[in-house]
Amino acid sequence: MRKTNEPKPRSQENGAIAKTLTGIFGLDEITGGGLPRGRPTLVCGAAGCGKTMLAAEFLVHGAVDFDEPGVFMMFEETAAELTENMRSLGFDLDRLQRQKRISLDYVRVERSEIEETGEYDLDGLFIRLGHAIDSIKAKRVVLDTVEALFAGVPNHAILRSELRRLFRWLKDKGVTAVITGERGESTFTRYGLEEYVADCVILLDQRIADQISTRRLRIVKYRGSPHGTNEYPFLIGAKGVSVLPITSLSLDHEASAERISTGIAGLDQMLGERGFYRGSSVLVSGSPGTGKSSIAASFVNAACERGEKALLFAYEESQNQVLRNMRSIGLDLQHWVKKGLLRIESTRPTLHGLEQHLVRIYELVRAWKPEVVAVDPISNLTSEREDAGLKLTLMRLIDFLKTQGVTALFTSLTSDGGPMVVATSEMGVSSLMDSWLLLANVAHNGERTRTLQVLKSRGMPHSNQVREFVFSDRGVDLIDVYLFGDQVLTGTARLAHEAQVIATTDLQSKDHARRLRDLANRRKALDAQIAALKMEAEARASEVEFQIERERFEAAGVQTRAKRIANTRGHADNSRRKR
Amino acid sequence: MAAKRSADAKPEWQLRLYIAGNTARSAAALQNLKHVCETHLAGRYSIEVIDLLVNPTLAAGDQILAVPTLVRKFPEPIRKIIGDLSNEERVLVGLDVRPLPQ
Repeated sequence: MRKTNEPKPRSQENGAIAKTLTGIFGLDEITGGGLPRGRPTLVCGAAGCGKTMLAAEFLVHGAVDFDEPGVFMMFEETAAELTENMRSLGFDLDRLQRQKRISLDYVRVERSEIEETGEYDLDGLFIRLGHAIDSIKAKRVVLDTVEALFAGVPNHAILRSELRRLFRWLKDKGVTAVITGERGESTFTRYGLEEYVADCVILLDQRIADQISTRRLRIVKYRGSPHGTNEYPFLIGAKGVSVLPITSLSLDHEASAERISTGIAGLDQMLGERGFYRGSSVLVSGSPGTGKSSIAASFVNAACERGEKALLFAYEESQNQVLRNMRSIGLDLQHWVKKGLLRIESTRPTLHGLEQHLVRIYELVRAWKPEVVAVDPISNLTSEREDAGLKLTLMRLIDFLKTQGVTALFTSLTSDGGPMVVATSEMGVSSLMDSWLLLANVAHNGERTRTLQVLKSRGMPHSNQVREFVFSDRGVDLIDVYLFGDQVLTGTARLAHEAQVIATTDLQSKDHARRLRDLANRRKALDAQIAALKMEAEARASEVEFQIERERFEAAGVQTRAKRIANTRGHADNSRRKR
Repeated sequence: MAAKRSADAKPEWQLRLYIAGNTARSAAALQNLKHVCETHLAGRYSIEVIDLLVNPTLAAGDQILAVPTLVRKFPEPIRKIIGDLSNEERVLVGLDVRPLPQ
């Protein structure tokens, strides 16, 4: 076993063994491409495990999807019974048989009819099978279950050697065979078929825990190929077998940079103004009555407004109840339902096991291809004890939705015990989520306030504040955080403070107006004063000018008089000098 | 004795032997069968030999797995004996033929 678990990587890449796709959802993924081509595979498990179903689906998918006809040789059920059973899963074996794509052969082994004497071999079986294979050119063969021969053929020594020859012969024929076998006490099969079929062994198991049964599948060995070694839950749903890989083998989904609105303006703002990334997973947790469902509804509503398809899984309310309740906060989901953009799936969580819910989600998402999925709430899908199961299921669901590029919002009901309690109780699933919103009721001063905070949101700046969250008839919204001094005010305290602030600002603005008027008045008075002073100055100036003018005039008069006197005197002087 | 005779008089023993090719085992089986019939059912039997290699489709009709297989088609119910019929006693038991008194 150990050797087979350590395949040489190089030989894997170059000469990887050829595989045949089973077409069974999930099985091809964990086997890395299907069952070994041209070799027999043993499928074993206890009664009612789904061996026949798995084998039949392998054959039908081969015939329908891969153009590989198949022979179904059954030893326990008759062809009519099998056809009937498969029809309930939507496979029409009759038609496939008419189209020569499938050949059904019922081998009846009746011990009471058979007497043996002397030597014999099972060439009759070989010839039958060979003829069936040749007539439709089959590539696939199912033997269900060959162990029935042990009841019908008395000589087990002959039978064993013949079986060994049969499997060898199938290999030589180059057909990919599925052989089913009943689980034994300590061996994989009651008669030790694993001895002969050594290439690939798949074990099916059905377990019951807490009255809920889960089918599980494990690849015990797969010679020459790496494979998932875990136990994988599988289901027989309305469309056949689906194996659910615990997680995808790789984490390689596309990460979109596109952002989509949460449907709540305030919340978009908290998430870097633009909302969630497309294809991300969002967890909304909160205690009862904090508004989880309303957030989910707003989110779905926003998607429909963008013209996208949305799928809402309501595990608490019926469709009508959801529609009515959301109408009360102004979200008219009814017309989206009518338009075909919204689909509400209401089921009781107790209706199915966890896995079955998952498959239901898978089927719907694959069939309907919504852009947005909301699950309200996930915590209802399981009881407290099965937290591990929920986590695995969620992981699978998230992986699946991410690969489909679906943006998913999950609400989760938590006990009302403050953020710390919530944080620990959601530790299991929160790490899977890209964004985590926490809703909490804050009771203070005789009233309760809904608050919302973004605990985490990968890959985007987000607000660290606790916002108050309000419902109105126009939907849900967040109120800008109200900071007063060093505390955040919510509810009545906020309202009272707001009123107080309004009154204060009102008063202040009045005061301002008064002061402005005062100033204007004073300016007017000053202006008048200035004018008066100016006039006075002007009066003075003209007076001074007048005086200067008069003085100048008087001075001029004195001069002319003096000149005239000098003139008359001048004559007298000259005469005196002559003498 | 009289009762047995009247029961025997009505039906004929219709036997069918399935073989796969002319192997030594097939030949032995046919020979053994003829011997038993001649000894115990002289004049009251018919044997049809079917070679599955020639007529593979006939294997499904009588639900043949092993070869050689002897099928008692009549009288009903159908009985099957697999093997080369080398043990005469077992063949008689299988065919539900009461051996003739020695």
